[in-house]
Amino acid sequence: MINELGHFTLILALAVAVVQTVVPLIGAQKGWRGWMAVADPAATTQFLLLAISFAALTHAFVVSDFSLKLVWANSHTDKPMLYKVTGVWGNHEGSMLLWVLILSLFGAAASWFGSALPPRLRARVLAVQGSIGVAFLIFIVFTSNPFLRLAEPPFNGQGMNPLLQDPGLAFHPPFLYLGYVGLSMAFSFAVAALIEGRVDAAWARWVRPWTLAAWIFLTIGIAMGSWWAYYELGWGGFWFWDPVENASFMPWLLAGALLHSAIVVEKREALKSWTILLAILAFGFSLIGTFIVRSGVITSVHSFASDPKRGIFILAILGVFLGGALTLYAARAGAMQAKGVFSMVSRESALVLNNILLAVAALVVFVGTIWPLVAEMAFDRKLSVGAPFFDQAFTPFMVILALVLPVGSLIPWKRAKLGRSLRNLIPALVLALALGGLAWAMETGNSLLALIATFLGAWLVFGAATELWLRAARKPARLLRLPRADWGKATAHGGLGITFIGVGLLLAGQVEDIRVAQIGERFGVDGYEITLNSVNDVQGPNYTATRAKMTVTRDGKPIATLYPEKRVFPVQRMPTTEAAIHAGFWGDVYLVVGDPQDNGGYAVRTYIKPFADWIWGGAILMALGGLLSLSDRRYRVAAGARKAQLSAHHATPAE
Amino acid sequence: MLRSLLLSFVLLIWAAPGFAVQPSEMLKDPALEARAREISKDLRCPVCQGENIDDSNADVARDLRVLVRERLSAGDTNQQVIDYITARYGEYVLFNPEKTGANLVLWYLGPAVFLIALIGGFAYIRSRREEDDTARAPALSDAEKTRLNELMGDDA
Repeated sequence: MINELGHFTLILALAVAVVQTVVPLIGAQKGWRGWMAVADPAATTQFLLLAISFAALTHAFVVSDFSLKLVWANSHTDKPMLYKVTGVWGNHEGSMLLWVLILSLFGAAASWFGSALPPRLRARVLAVQGSIGVAFLIFIVFTSNPFLRLAEPPFNGQGMNPLLQDPGLAFHPPFLYLGYVGLSMAFSFAVAALIEGRVDAAWARWVRPWTLAAWIFLTIGIAMGSWWAYYELGWGGFWFWDPVENASFMPWLLAGALLHSAIVVEKREALKSWTILLAILAFGFSLIGTFIVRSGVITSVHSFASDPKRGIFILAILGVFLGGALTLYAARAGAMQAKGVFSMVSRESALVLNNILLAVAALVVFVGTIWPLVAEMAFDRKLSVGAPFFDQAFTPFMVILALVLPVGSLIPWKRAKLGRSLRNLIPALVLALALGGLAWAMETGNSLLALIATFLGAWLVFGAATELWLRAARKPARLLRLPRADWGKATAHGGLGITFIGVGLLLAGQVEDIRVAQIGERFGVDGYEITLNSVNDVQGPNYTATRAKMTVTRDGKPIATLYPEKRVFPVQRMPTTEAAIHAGFWGDVYLVVGDPQDNGGYAVRTYIKPFADWIWGGAILMALGGLLSLSDRRYRVAAGARKAQLSAHHATPAE
Repeated sequence: MLRSLLLSFVLLIWAAPGFAVQPSEMLKDPALEARAREISKDLRCPVCQGENIDDSNADVARDLRVLVRERLSAGDTNQQVIDYITARYGEYVLFNPEKTGANLVLWYLGPAVFLIALIGGFAYIRSRREEDDTARAPALSDAEKTRLNELMGDDA
C-alpha cells in the first residue's frame, strides 16, 4: 500500500511539474499575475509529493519489502540498518529519485526564500526549474521506475555491493547530487534572465549564493569520494581520473569559475554574457556527468548497471536543455550591455584570467574523458586516456592558477598598480620559497615535485594571510571584525594551497613495501618498525574477515596498533580489503594484509603516506571558506534579496 | 551449519585473487623492480574498467606484470617493454596515449584554446579600457557625447 502511495505521488509530482512549467511561463509572458503566482504553490507541492515518494521507497528498504524489484536487487535482511537506508540511493532508480527530490527541493527553496525577487523573474526561474523536473520525472517513470513489483516476492534479496557498504561512500552521492542539482538553480536563473533579456548586479547577487552552495556540496562530495578511495581500495590512491570522477570534477571547475565571474557582474556589471554562458555550461556538465555515469558509453569503475535506452533518453534531455539554452543564449546574449570599465591591471582582469584557466582546465578534463569515445567512432582507434595524460595536460593550468592567484586576489578593482601589490606580497613569497626549498632538501631524491607543490601551496596560504592582514589595515584587533566574506575567501584560497601541498608531498614522498611476513616477524619501512603479531578470523554482521594485528613503532616507541582486514561478503561473493591507517599530521602509516602464502606467512603491504590528510583537510577548508562566504550578511539569501530590490538599477560601486 | 558450509565454500573460491602485485612476482633487483612499477602504472588492465595492471586483481593483469618483468630481466629498455606489450595488446593498454595522428588534437587542444582565450581575454580587456580612455579624452565627437550622456544617464 505504501509502495503504491509512493508510486502515485511520483506520477502526481510529474503532473504538478508540468503545471509549474507551463502556467507561470505563459503568465510571465502575458503579464498575468495569477498565472505567475501558480509557480510558488506548485514548487512546494512538487517537493512534498516527491518527499512522500522517497519516504515510501526508504520504508520499503528499511522493512526489506522484497516484493519491490529494486529492493530485492539491492538489499538483504542481513545488511546493517545504515546501509539499508543508504541502499535507497545505492542504485540507479533510487538515486534518480533522490536526484529529482533534490531538484524539487531547490525549486521550493527558491520559492520560499524568493519573496523579494521580481515576480516575473521568479515565475520564470521556477518554470525553468520545473521543466528540468518534468524531463527527469518522465525519465524515471518510463525507464527507471523504482516502484516496480515482483509477482512472487523472493525470500531474500541479492544484497548490495560491499564496496558501497561504507560510511564514507554512503553519504558521498547525496552531497554530489546536492552539488550537481544545485547548479540547476544557476541554470534556471540564467535562462530566465535570457528570456527577460536583462542581467544586472541584482541578478548576480541572486545567483551567487545558489552557485556557492552547489560548489560547497560538490567540494564535500568529491572530497568524500576521494577519501573513500584512499582508505577502501587498498593501495591509498586518492584520485584516478576515472570518467565518473571527471564527471564530478568538470562541474566543480566550472562552478568555481562561475562563482568568480558572478562577483564581477555583481560588483562591476561586466562579464555578463560570459557569466550566463558559464551558468548554462556548469549545469550542462552536470547533465553530461549524469549521462556518463548512467549510459555506459564510457567504461568506468563506478557506473551503474547501464541500459542503452536510458543513455539515449538522458542524451535527449541533455540535447534539449543544453541546446535550447545555448540557442537562446546565441539569440539574446548581444542584449547584455556591459557597464563597468577597467584597465589591464585590475581585479577584473585577474578574474578574467581565473575564468580562462578554470574553463580551459575543465575543457582538458572533458576532452580527455570523451577522447576514447571520439577516437573509436571517428578514427577507429581503441585507446585509453588515463592518469599520465591528465597529470601532464591538466597540471600546468593549476600551476599558473596558483602562481597568479595571490596577486590577482590582492590587486584593487578598476585600476591597479602591480608594483605596490607585489611589494606587499614579498614576505609571503620569501616564506613560500623557503618552505619549498626545505621540502626539496628533505625529500629523498630532491624531488622537484615536492619543491613546486610546497612553494605553490605555501604561496597560496601566505598570500591569503597577507590579504587578511592588509584588509585589517595591519591591526590585529580588526581581523575579527572583517566581513565573513573576506575570511571565507582567504580560507578557501588557503585550503586550495593546503591541498596542493598534500598532493605534491604525498606523490613525491610516499614509500611502498610489499613482502611476505611470518607471524611475529618485524620489519622496517622508512624509519618505522612494523610487527605482524597475529592473524585471526572474525565474523562481521554480513561478512567474514581475516584480521591481522600489527604494531607500529618508531625508534622503539610504540606508535599504533593496527588491525587491517580482508573481508569476504558471502551474499555478493566478493572480497574487500580494509586497510588500517594510523593518520597523523605529518602523514599516515597505511597497512594492508593479503593472502596467506604457500610457504607460511601473509602477504603484507605497508605504505608511508606523507601529508596525505592535507589533501582532504584542504578540501574541508575550501568548503568551510565557502560556508563563511555564504553566511556573510551581504549574501544571506533574504538580506541579499532585500538589498537587490533597492539597488536593482545601479551597480554597486567598486570597493 | 549450512551457512558456515556455504561460507567456507565461498572462501575457497575467493581466497585465490588477492591484491594486485604479489610478493612472489617481484624482482630481486630493487632498481629493476622500480622500473617495472613505473611501467605498470601506465599500462591498463585490458579486461578491467580503468585500472592499471598494478592495481588490478585480474589474471591477465598478473600475466602482464610478469611479462613486464620478464622483458626487463631480458635487458629491454622501458620503451622497448611498452612497445612489446602494445604490439600484442594494442594501444588500448596505454594509459598515456601516443602523441600521433588524431591524438595530437587530444594533447594540444588545451594549450591551443588557452592561447586563443588569452588573446580573446586580452582583446576584451583592451576594449573595456578603451571605452574608459575615450570617456576621459578631452575632445569628444557628437556621437561620443551622446554616448557619454547615455552612459552617465544610465548610472544616475
